[in-house]
Amino acid sequence: MDRIPILKLGSALLVTIQVDMHDRLAKALEDDITAKIMTTGAKGVLIDISGLDIVDSFMGRMLDTIASVGRMLDATTVVVGMRPPVAITLVELGLTLVGVKTALNVERGMALIGISVDDFEEVDRHDGG
Amino acid sequence: MTGGETIPIRESSDVIRVRAEVRRLAIGLGLGVVDQTKIVTAASELARNTLVYGGGGHAVLEVVEGKGRRGLRLSFEDHGPGILDIGQAMIDGYSSGRGLGLGLSGAKRLSSEFEITSVVGEGTRVVITRWN
Repeated sequence: MDRIPILKLGSALLVTIQVDMHDRLAKALEDDITAKIMTTGAKGVLIDISGLDIVDSFMGRMLDTIASVGRMLDATTVVVGMRPPVAITLVELGLTLVGVKTALNVERGMALIGISVDDFEEVDRHDGG
Repeated sequence: MTGGETIPIRESSDVIRVRAEVRRLAIGLGLGVVDQTKIVTAASELARNTLVYGGGGHAVLEVVEGKGRRGLRLSFEDHGPGILDIGQAMIDGYSSGRGLGLGLSGAKRLSSEFEITSVVGEGTRVVITRWN
């Protein structure tokens, strides 16, 4: 089965979702991220959903679960890049993702978890992903 | 009214196919991007219900006309166990399986029209319409 790649950037994990996920793929991503928080000791998880044209209740619950489990493992999860129509639809659906931090883009998300863009150069040298 | 398109729902990749086809039809109908997103999300919820609770079934997607306007009508049908208490199943947060129990109530809020019929032991049929 396909997997969504998880990149390690310094003390954070970066996940960019660019495909329409079926439920098993979403579940696998949830498991992979929580496992990777443990093995890397990451303090932050950035999930870029700018490539998603919908987030339904299953995907919303996945984001919520990742954030909750991450918090218990001492990692902050930030969802970035949500498209405005997706946000409007989620609210109407009744899913407000109260437990999930959000930011408009990756750069602001990085700032939220205390990583500055300047750290990237160093990361590029040490980490291939 | 045009001839509907039937999509079998047997596995989770079929839910993706439903989403893609609903998106295509919604764009063809000239729905704005927010309305496209709403109807595709509603379709995703109902297709998943058909798969998870109904044990599979099919979706019929059709462009309909009425009162001088056009809309998208989506029917989801399964021959699963049916729903004993529809009123209960429509309450936010109630769920007999997985998910947050927002599938039915959420799909209703995202649609212009919503209709559900269910017979215990025979199956469930949900029809939603989004008018342009």
